[in-house]
Amino acid sequence: MSCEQYMIRQISLFSENKPGRLAAMAKACQEENVNILAFSIAEAEGFGVIRALVDKPDVAFKKLTSMGFNVAFTHVIAVEMKDEPGGLFEIASKLSEAGINIEYSYAFSGKNKAILILRVDQVEEAIRLLHSHKFTLIASESIQ
Amino acid sequence: MFWDEAIETIKPADLKILQEKRLRETVSRCANVGFYQKKFKEAGLRPSDIQTIEDLQKLPFTRKTDLRDGYPFGFLAVPLRDVVRIHTTSGTTGKPTVVGYTAGDINTWADLIARNLTMVGLTKDDVFQNMVNYGMFTGGLGFHYGAEKAGLTAVPSGTGNTKRQIEMIHDFGVTAIHCTPSYGLHLAEAAAEMKMDLSSLRVGIFGAEPWSEKTRNELQEKLGVEAFDSYGMSELYGPGVAFECSEHNGLHIWHDSYLVEIIDPKTGENLGPGERGELVVTPLTKEAMPLLRYRTGDITMIMEDECPCGRGPKLARFTGRSDDMLVIRGINVFPSQIEHVLLSIPEVGNHYMVYVDRVNHMDEMTIDVEVSRENFHGELADLKNVQNKVIKSLRDVLELRTTVHLVEPGTLPRFEGKAKRVVDRRGDD
Repeated sequence: MSCEQYMIRQISLFSENKPGRLAAMAKACQEENVNILAFSIAEAEGFGVIRALVDKPDVAFKKLTSMGFNVAFTHVIAVEMKDEPGGLFEIASKLSEAGINIEYSYAFSGKNKAILILRVDQVEEAIRLLHSHKFTLIASESIQ
Repeated sequence: MFWDEAIETIKPADLKILQEKRLRETVSRCANVGFYQKKFKEAGLRPSDIQTIEDLQKLPFTRKTDLRDGYPFGFLAVPLRDVVRIHTTSGTTGKPTVVGYTAGDINTWADLIARNLTMVGLTKDDVFQNMVNYGMFTGGLGFHYGAEKAGLTAVPSGTGNTKRQIEMIHDFGVTAIHCTPSYGLHLAEAAAEMKMDLSSLRVGIFGAEPWSEKTRNELQEKLGVEAFDSYGMSELYGPGVAFECSEHNGLHIWHDSYLVEIIDPKTGENLGPGERGELVVTPLTKEAMPLLRYRTGDITMIMEDECPCGRGPKLARFTGRSDDMLVIRGINVFPSQIEHVLLSIPEVGNHYMVYVDRVNHMDEMTIDVEVSRENFHGELADLKNVQNKVIKSLRDVLELRTTVHLVEPGTLPRFEGKAKRVVDRRGDD
């Protein structure tokens, strides 16, 4: 199994914590017809990082960089999660048993299932582990 | 290359004779100025008491506040009808300082600029774009006249419209530019964004604000120029007072035109070569507005080593001002110290702003600094580490707790004139 296909490029964007920054980023995506599949904001003192999974990461990267944003790609993995009590535990406990640390994570639940997006310290190990436990990982080419 | 080799490499003994002759002439011109008449009287001095360089010590200092009190024409030593131009100094509170020039002054000043331009290797074959303000600021017309005198092709582009500036450099094959170092960096960024080739450039002259060796490297790398530091102030004609030669190790001040002292800014005592203090200058050739022992407020020292280029003693690169010192919670802070700290941290850029506020009777210093584009990898934790690193480095150097804001690259002001990076808002409420 190639781990490569399950590494999804997340866009990470440095932003000052002030009104209008998310709107500016979102508007840019709209203009370029880039769909945001999932996103979260992490904040520290006065600034934050906007993280987003988008369908056209290269287009978004180019557009946002040209607007002066500080943008970087980060590899994350996305795994299907049962949308029921215990769904998160199932995944988190497997990673924990293997000593893999979750640096951050965000999730969304759709119609039939939930998706958990994970940034871990050992990406390939996490992919192999989840794969071996029959979890469904989202391949990057299926969304990007 | 020399513009005036005889005077630029004059022997110390001959120089002293020339300086003393010009000092006597300057003192006699000052006798026409009400301020100096009063000062001489207070000190029980007659102009004829000043004959030698040693006698200089008998004279009082002249301060910027004195000039301001003389607004507008109180310091003119000649009738206004003999003044052919007026400049004013930039960006201080209250009334500006007015500086007058006779036709002779304009000519002498242009000659000094021509010396500098020739010293950095510019000739008739160079095209020189002067990207500073052409109005009341002395950098525009001052450099312009000097460039024409030296036979350069002068492009009086002034400030603003960076896109047009870049196009002109490209289209006219400009070989040399003059601007502030911060505008130089802005120009480089803008040219990179426009994907414009500036490879005709070979010399960059940067002045009006102190800048570091790191900035030199950046300017040289990004603009493809050899960068030279330029020093001057309107009260001493304007730019051209002191300038780097190609050794890039200190600035040659023109000793035939400016008598130099370095003093302890607190006690007023003279300091020797190698000792850092405030630069005090008695200009020796000024006609319309002669000054005696003018306190520049700029911190430097006379360098002990002789320069291989054969010119006279140099001043060390300027490291700040004696009077922009901030007192924060009783601790003295020079903005140059803050700049030095930030420049040593590659994760943050060269652009910053310092704000000083009084919150609940306590002084609070806040520093906004841009995150460097190259060093962002997308992780919040890295940014937190950078922020903490800046706070810790500032605390180590300043012995002060500060608040540090990381801001997005390209969002802080770029200065085309003198950089105003410190905003003290303590008097606002």
